[in-house]
Amino acid sequence: MASQDTIRFISERCDGCGDCMTACAKAKGSASRVAIVAGSDGGWEMALCRQCGDPKCVANCPAGALDKHRDSGIVDWFKDLCVDCHLCTVGCVYGGIVFDPAAGHVQKCDMCDGSPACVPACDKGALEHLSAAGRLHEIHADKEDMFVPGLSACQGCNSELLIRHTMRRIGRNSVVAAPPGCIPGMGTVGYNGQTGAKMPIFHPLLTNTAAMLGGVKRQYERKGRDVTVVALAGDGGAVDVGFQSLSGAAERGERVLFICVDNEGYMNTGMQASGSTTFGSWTSTTPVGEIGRGKSTDGKYLPQLLMGHGCAYVATASTAFLDDYHAKLEKALEASRTGFAYLHVHAPCPTGWRFPAAMTTEVCRRQVETNFVTLWEFTPEDGLCFTRGVGRPRPVSDYVGMIGKYKHLGPAELERIQASVHRRVEVLQGFRRRSTAAG
Amino acid sequence: MHARYLIIGSSHAGREALAAIRMADPQGRLVMLSRERHRPYSPTILPYVVSGRSDPRKVGLGSVAWFAENRAELVLDAQVVAVDADARAVRLADGGCWTYDKLLLATGAEPVVPPVEGLEGVRYHVLRTLDDALAIRARAATARRAVVLGAGLVGMHAAETLAGAGLDVTVVEMRPHVLAEYFDPRASTLIRETFERHGTHMMMGRRVERAAGVETEACRLGLDDGTELEADLLLVAAGVRPALRMLADSGIATDKGILVDTRMRTARDGVWAAGDVAQAPGFPTGAPMVNGTLPEAVEQGRIAGMDMAGDDDLRPYLGGIPLNTYGFFGRHAVAVGAAAAPAGDGVEVVTDEGDGYCRIALKDNRLIGLAAIDRVMDAGILWRLIQRRVDLGPVRDRFLSHPLETARALMSRGWR
Ligand SMILES: Cc1cc2nc3c(=O)[nH]c(=O)nc-3n(C[C@H](O)[C@H](O)[C@H](O)COP(=O)(O)OP(=O)(O)OC[C@H]3O[C@@H](n4cnc5c(N)ncnc54)[C@H](O)[C@@H]3O)c2cc1C
Ligand code: SF4
Repeated sequence: MASQDTIRFISERCDGCGDCMTACAKAKGSASRVAIVAGSDGGWEMALCRQCGDPKCVANCPAGALDKHRDSGIVDWFKDLCVDCHLCTVGCVYGGIVFDPAAGHVQKCDMCDGSPACVPACDKGALEHLSAAGRLHEIHADKEDMFVPGLSACQGCNSELLIRHTMRRIGRNSVVAAPPGCIPGMGTVGYNGQTGAKMPIFHPLLTNTAAMLGGVKRQYERKGRDVTVVALAGDGGAVDVGFQSLSGAAERGERVLFICVDNEGYMNTGMQASGSTTFGSWTSTTPVGEIGRGKSTDGKYLPQLLMGHGCAYVATASTAFLDDYHAKLEKALEASRTGFAYLHVHAPCPTGWRFPAAMTTEVCRRQVETNFVTLWEFTPEDGLCFTRGVGRPRPVSDYVGMIGKYKHLGPAELERIQASVHRRVEVLQGFRRRSTAAG
Repeated sequence: MHARYLIIGSSHAGREALAAIRMADPQGRLVMLSRERHRPYSPTILPYVVSGRSDPRKVGLGSVAWFAENRAELVLDAQVVAVDADARAVRLADGGCWTYDKLLLATGAEPVVPPVEGLEGVRYHVLRTLDDALAIRARAATARRAVVLGAGLVGMHAAETLAGAGLDVTVVEMRPHVLAEYFDPRASTLIRETFERHGTHMMMGRRVERAAGVETEACRLGLDDGTELEADLLLVAAGVRPALRMLADSGIATDKGILVDTRMRTARDGVWAAGDVAQAPGFPTGAPMVNGTLPEAVEQGRIAGMDMAGDDDLRPYLGGIPLNTYGFFGRHAVAVGAAAAPAGDGVEVVTDEGDGYCRIALKDNRLIGLAAIDRVMDAGILWRLIQRRVDLGPVRDRFLSHPLETARALMSRGWR
């Protein structure tokens, strides 16, 4: 069974206006199937069908009038089979299937055929349609997994997720370069002469990745073969010593996709700071002690620099927003047929940043929710477009507080981080041309 | 023949157990025996088969494909007549025999026929099986006057159906109120009055004492107060009792039903029971109770199946809570928990008839029961509030004035 769409409720943003209910009632021509109710602490709460994985309403129906759809995951209700016993309402602890006296039968959310009317109706952003998992599953489940089943990444590292998704998409007709860093370290290039991927993968130097890859591509072009060439590099291989060759390849417009997986440091060699390490971070070379307070300068923001190269495509991504990543991967691959494409993926590191391994995706999400990480894409024609609004960020302390490497920070340092987050957003907003996403 | 898992009964408890077993054990041979000739269906659907609203061919609880997907075998026309828990075997009416590693008894309940003089000599109906429903449907096509004996859920559903089919319907009930096992007297009165407004004669607190056949298929009934009634169609709906006949000499402990613990285990190793046939710990005291409702059969079936398959995620049964939803003449009633609990002895009752009817029973600021008519309520949420003994102290007044919204908010908060 495929993973399923859900609607997420962000209680902090809800002001109880009820616009979602109005929109639902209008779309369905009946009582609203989403209910916003006052909470006990002055906030708001929601009752709505969760399209459960193992729905009890279905188990309680004597008439076979409810069924969970195998593909969409939606719990469907069939009017002609329903006998109005209302026993389904006994099974539901979310208030998701409710008797509607005006209609004379039960009603429940059917996700409006994939585009729920309530979500866009909420201009506070309190409802989010989480659709990625189901859709991605549908698109990618049948594609070949190109990466070793056993690997030696740290527990909780999101690079595996990223690598598997990326490799599934690019497939066998490709060549991958994995310069020194966590990605070859976890087994992509393999051990003892055995490779960890099903496509040709090689291990360039930190310094020459983009140059080598550009050469590989040109050779294939000379031979008349259309092969996708991709770099999976860490921030060290892109921001620091790899920067010269990267910058050169971008300038020349090599037809290459360069993906930087940014964990803000040299994490597999002992957690040293890199140019990408952000202000205040503890690393083994920016220690915290009597004098040291972590890194004393801001991180270098590589995607902005690549934008300055006028690349065919530049984008940032987060693995908490995989549908966004996939959309950008498509565009980047397309752009790399004619010019240089660059993807910058943020990869919080549970080991080096010191947060629980189970929290990685939450950390990724929080980076974005606080604008610490912004999601955008750039093409020379359209300028910069945010792919996720930056208008209502949470305070950056909500993110910083989750991470051990910032544990020592005081209010003044937090303020500085918050200020630099604001400044970066302002700078990026300046690059917008025909932006579609609401800023 | 041998099955790792053998389930007797193909209705809600059995089906849910089957699904739960397959979640944890995709392999072990799984066989379901049913004495029915029809494919699995729910007894709850039967009033709608009588009325014609449900097509008997479309009321299936589990399709052929569903059984195949779950790699489960369904054996119809297989009535179990004896259980030998020592030999881990069951015997069928046709002489066949199945052995098992683990056995689930999900045989449900059967109608009780009260001792009425002369009843055995007249033609009467009960309503528990699809064949019962089809027989009533056939009879109702030509009958003019119907008498329903009993005003429990089955009797009330059937009475409404028969009235809808144009029959002149009389309900005779010994107790003073309809649906007395769920609703308080006021709610029962509101329900009864609705029936009366729709032309059904409701004879409460009366007992049928004698029955006698007249020419054709009709019969004449004598009530304790001397009233005489004539019926072309007599439906006996005087309650049900767990179907345990096959358990004689099995060593499986029974009282009213099969006694089970919080994992639905019976007194014998390798034997579980769930649903209408079981007598499981009641909430909150743990005293054994038969709680013959559909949601309860589902809940118990799931627990039994999980335990049979050794599923580590099993959470033992929290205790039976009476609970029902009831739709009648387009109206809607809900009763959860001790909805009829009288005030006093620590129980506080708040009744509101402002907009529909709502009766809330609290004890120590915790919900113990709620009955409502024509008020939208989330029965499932109320059930959780009772079961978890949620302290309503902080939101007490709001809960009393806005139970629906307040209950939703409490639950939503709990889930986030
Ligand atoms: C008319 C009617 C209306 C109802 N309305 C409601 C309602 O509105 N709400 C509610 O909650 N509940 C209602 N119920 C009750 C509900 O249907 C039961 O609680 C539920 O079906 C119990 O499920 P079960 O699996 O325990 O048993 P059952 O549904 O009784 O199933 C038991 C199965 O076991 C089979 N069986 C029995 N003995 C043997 C044997 N010896 N060998 C082989 N097979 C055997 C039977 O044929 C049957 O298929 C209603 C019941 C009826 C009859
Ligand atoms: S009200 Fe309809 S959908 Fe709900 S349990 Fe009854 S028959 Fe099924």
